Amino acid sequence: MSDIGMLNTVKAAEDPVRRVLDGPRGARPKRTFSRTNIFLYGTLIVVALYYLLPLYVMLVTSVKGMPEIRAGNVFAPPLEITFQPWVKAWAEACTGVNCEGLSRGFWNSVRILIPSVLLSISIALVSGYTLSKWKFKGSEVFFTILIVGAFIPYQVMLYPIVIILRDVGNFLGVQLFGSLTGLVLVHSVFGMPILTLLFRNYFASIPEELFKAARVDGAGFWGILFRIMLPMSLPILVVAIILQVTGIWNDFLFGVVYTRADSYPMTVQLNNIVNSVQGIKEYNVNMAATLLTGLVPLFVYFVSGKLFVRGIAAGAVKG
Amino acid sequence: MTMTADPQSRPADRTAASGGHSVEIRDLDLQFGAVKVLQKLNLDVHEGEFLVLLGSSGCGKSTLLNCIAGLLEPTDGQIFIKGRNVTWEEPSNRGIGMVFQSYALYPQMSVRGNLSFGLKNARFSRDEIERRVSRAAEILQIQPLLDRKPGALSGGQRQRVAIGRALVRDVDVFLFDEPLSNLDAKLRADLRVELKRLHSRLRNTMIYVTHDQVEAMTLADRIAIMKGGEIMQLASPDEIYNRPKNRYVADFIGSPSMNFLEGQLQGETFRKDDLSLPMVGYDWASRPQGERGAIVGIRPEHVITGELVAGAPVRAEVVADVVEPMGSDTLVWGTLGGEAFRIRMDGNARVKEGDRLPIGIDPSRASLFDSRTELRL
Repeated sequence: MSDIGMLNTVKAAEDPVRRVLDGPRGARPKRTFSRTNIFLYGTLIVVALYYLLPLYVMLVTSVKGMPEIRAGNVFAPPLEITFQPWVKAWAEACTGVNCEGLSRGFWNSVRILIPSVLLSISIALVSGYTLSKWKFKGSEVFFTILIVGAFIPYQVMLYPIVIILRDVGNFLGVQLFGSLTGLVLVHSVFGMPILTLLFRNYFASIPEELFKAARVDGAGFWGILFRIMLPMSLPILVVAIILQVTGIWNDFLFGVVYTRADSYPMTVQLNNIVNSVQGIKEYNVNMAATLLTGLVPLFVYFVSGKLFVRGIAAGAVKG
Repeated sequence: MTMTADPQSRPADRTAASGGHSVEIRDLDLQFGAVKVLQKLNLDVHEGEFLVLLGSSGCGKSTLLNCIAGLLEPTDGQIFIKGRNVTWEEPSNRGIGMVFQSYALYPQMSVRGNLSFGLKNARFSRDEIERRVSRAAEILQIQPLLDRKPGALSGGQRQRVAIGRALVRDVDVFLFDEPLSNLDAKLRADLRVELKRLHSRLRNTMIYVTHDQVEAMTLADRIAIMKGGEIMQLASPDEIYNRPKNRYVADFIGSPSMNFLEGQLQGETFRKDDLSLPMVGYDWASRPQGERGAIVGIRPEHVITGELVAGAPVRAEVVADVVEPMGSDTLVWGTLGGEAFRIRMDGNARVKEGDRLPIGIDPSRASLFDSRTELRL
């Protein structure tokens, strides 16, 4: 601050005309260490530390060897950094009889995540678009029912869905219950209410005249969606992707209920590693496994945080 | 739905069958739930005509335009464009182009993309698209803007692009939905003149919705004044101004609006208190007999003042209440026969509040309405 001020003064001195014309301008400068700033930043720093401390403990523990951990000093930085726990967590940790580490769960999660995200967003995109721009008789009722669905607790629906997956699977001759396909379907259905709401509100905020102009220009239902609406929807798409990626990746309940041991997602496998009762507790491996599991949502947040906030705000304008 | 518009055929190809009418609307009804927005509406628009739909907000003018465009489905009735029944036709198959108040340009496309979007949808060849886009750009003088995005254009430029989007489609009928309302006053006047020039160059049928009577008077071949989903009067601007069909139209057109005095018509003489107005030279719609309640309407700018008063058919006196100098004119508010009375005088007129002002009235320029039906006598 003071540097810039100095620079200006020097410049002004060089230019006599400007010196005469130039009084002090702009808002009155504030002191860096005012009482407000100390309070404000103090609070923020304390809160940030409070939230970061567990992460710090996890990181530090995950690169310590077991003897160092047994010494009991949780907050101390590692004396000797080792990545062995990370390797073990990824490739060697045992759940029951199989000792492939988290890697298998990771790939299972990826195979669940990608189709679920694509399917749920595609369906919600089209339904949100229809419910905002191509309203039909009863579309409001339909929408209300969909939203009510979002408020029913998952636990209520767990068992009925088991039956539905089993029976529909038997009827169609494919395995739905206990397979990745079934889980993908469940995730897509449960993503519907909130995503549809999100897209509907976003599309409702796009001016009606734009939609009319496209109709006069001869674009149909799909033409308007793909050529006019979709190119304008990047922020809301990012929001939807983040919601779905983190939600589905972090899901434990559906994963454990609707799949079998060989197709458990990463979260379930993490639980099995951490909670295994045989042998000694390898805290460093557990920490590394947990951090590995959390990397995907973390990565998504870091990459798209700004777009996320903008998209949420954009969808919130009109309801 | 078997009829489909051939996008290649020029408007001229289809003139023969339509008998001079470009757009015909028959008994059009539109209801939103219990609300009747349009009622048994009939309207014929001539080939090449500039028709303005004028009315205050909520009168149904934009609704009517949306029905013609095919963006709203009527409850009942039919719409013909160039003699073809298009009531259930898609907007793009009606041979119409539309310009919106908010411009409604596609924000992610360049100006060129905006202009060619409709043509691409109609599967025109690339050469034809290029030819039409450059022609429209030349007419509207937007060649230098073709590769810009709408976000980088000013309001006036955006509206030009929006007009261009209708222009490239080479349509029979242009529909304008308050196209100038979002522009500032000066730009609005400029674009108004440009629109008029465009119409005299293209000679397309144009239907133009506005609530601005200056736009209506200056642009229109005919004006349809709407109220409550019905057309009150459909006539040339001159006719509407000089011979309004009813009191609503008389009141709506003209600024400041017409002065009304309510009194009695005895034979051919209007009387109110001690004011007596023999309607000499008045163009009667139907010659009156006996005595009846009547309203006389006199436009503020038709009141005779100054030296000309001596030669006026009828003379009276108004006490100036409020004087509003407006530069080009001076507006005087006073009372005549116990009712508010406005007079528009020359900008140089020196009138003070409280002055007693001799005025003259020419009955041949006044309007008479029945006080019960409010229709022109």
